[in-house]
Amino acid sequence: MMLIFLSTLRMSTPLLFAAIGGMFCERSGVINIALEGFMLFGAFFAAAFTIATGNPWLGLAGALAGGAAFGLLYGLFVIQWRINQVVAGTAFNFLAMGLIPFALKILYGSTGASPSIPIEQRFQIFPVFGAWGITAFAWFVLRYTPYGLWLSFAGENPEALDAAGISVRGVRYSAVMIGSALAAAGGASLSIFLSSGYARNMSAGRGFMALAALIFGKWRPIPAALACLFFAFMEALQISAQNITELPIPAEFIQCLPYLATMIALAGFVGSSKPPKQLGNAFPR
Amino acid sequence: MIKLLSILLSVFTLNAGAAPLKVALVLDKGGKDDKSFNAAAFAGATKAQSELGITLKAVETTDDTAVENTMRSFAGKDFDLIIGIGFAQAEALRKAATAFPAKHFAIVDADVNLPNVRSLLFEEHQGSYLVGALSAMASKTGKIGFIGGMDVPLIRRFQMGFVAGVKKVNPKAMLSTNYVGVTSDSWNNPAKSKELALTQYGAGTDVIFAAAGASNSGVFDAAEEKKVFVIGVDSNQNWVKPGRVLTSMLKRVDLAVYAAIQDSIKGKFTAGAERFGLKNHGVDFAVDQYNQALITPEMQKKLEALKAEIIAGKIVVPDYYKLNGKK
Repeated sequence: MMLIFLSTLRMSTPLLFAAIGGMFCERSGVINIALEGFMLFGAFFAAAFTIATGNPWLGLAGALAGGAAFGLLYGLFVIQWRINQVVAGTAFNFLAMGLIPFALKILYGSTGASPSIPIEQRFQIFPVFGAWGITAFAWFVLRYTPYGLWLSFAGENPEALDAAGISVRGVRYSAVMIGSALAAAGGASLSIFLSSGYARNMSAGRGFMALAALIFGKWRPIPAALACLFFAFMEALQISAQNITELPIPAEFIQCLPYLATMIALAGFVGSSKPPKQLGNAFPR
Repeated sequence: MIKLLSILLSVFTLNAGAAPLKVALVLDKGGKDDKSFNAAAFAGATKAQSELGITLKAVETTDDTAVENTMRSFAGKDFDLIIGIGFAQAEALRKAATAFPAKHFAIVDADVNLPNVRSLLFEEHQGSYLVGALSAMASKTGKIGFIGGMDVPLIRRFQMGFVAGVKKVNPKAMLSTNYVGVTSDSWNNPAKSKELALTQYGAGTDVIFAAAGASNSGVFDAAEEKKVFVIGVDSNQNWVKPGRVLTSMLKRVDLAVYAAIQDSIKGKFTAGAERFGLKNHGVDFAVDQYNQALITPEMQKKLEALKAEIIAGKIVVPDYYKLNGKK
């Protein structure tokens, strides 16, 4: 039981970071299906900086900075040049898959993986607390700060925000950068906490799971975090269930349980999940 | 002396006269740096490159559906031999080889029955049986684990042989089994495989055989944290975590790839299935300076005895392919 609990906490960590990051971005009205790509960038930057400095904190800082930088680039495409956000997001996912092997080749002479990081140079537990800290912080920001209010207005009613003299684009840029930095932190938790270095496409669909959790949680931090926890719990349960060899169920079925549970939950329990009104619509100013 | 001279001469003339053989190596999703299956294939090809003077082009597939086009484009250019690594490329290679009957093809882990294709097949169950026996000897708790990458017949074959080996030494051993997943992402998900390993180790397992491609690193990390044993796969992975890797189940993809290239150069390329088992050192267990201290002479003696019995046919290791009606 304890094992499942710990396993759930560990596996929810990258999802939490990415889902909360996605929330910042989408609440401001910018679709982010590039969470997967930002996680990969984060995993890569974290590994590269940790290898270079021997310090996971600098690795995490590198991931945050790198994530924010690519967030800015994403912002340029979708906010400045108003490119379709789904198309741009997809392109960013592919960019991550192409650019990282290229960078790995230059840095380490290998396209598939970074060298492995010794255990002393990896996080032991911090990212788990970090993820929940970020969740609480996001909840606080949305509820009690002016920035939270601006964020909601940028996504729901940008004209009103504009009329109040606040730059919609400014808010959206900041939200996209915070969002991609957090998603990158999720990736960092993969490469310097849950495993020991960058491995090719190591996010393995977690960005999309985080996106599902975000929708499942109706674009709100606490419900989204609970959704992440639920996904991670289903995964942990699946790991334990797989171990019962006498089970008359094929492993394939157990493997699909988390996804099945998600669909049922989305169809039945949460009711209608309404996105921010202006999600996906560019604003001229 | 004359024989030696003639060999030297033939090598010389081949190198000087004809243009060097152009070989394309199409690697699986794990990529050449997975320290395991693909790394072995790549090592074989690069050895051929430096020793036989071939022109080598190695590509990694990111998308299963792109394999056929990749192979066709190599065959359409002036490549002489195209080698596909991994069962996932079987269909693509079959189509490409049918379209280019004059080119030579080779594939690892799949049986493609065409007049211009050499299928390189390994008796994984035999090697797995030996490392299974070793893990039962090394385990103190009597609990032994298996972690596979993608849940496919090939890995089931590893598992079945491994379990048989464990049971041979310790019939009462408790076995737990996990697979990382059912898609090809499973070869590249170390975070998940580490979680699987931590769960198994947490339940008292003290040796895990990991056959999960690049996901193996997660199992290795877990073994390091929990100070227990892990068994590597395909390449010799003993060096990855010295002292924690009990042994590695070697699958000498490098030898098979090298031989295919060499035969092609000498004009001795033959199509059909070529099997690599314990007998011809195609599969084996690895003992080197990193794990010597973990394996007592007694253990090694027992293993050598089991190996001899398998080669002599006295022990028949259960083969998942045969039991499930696949070649």
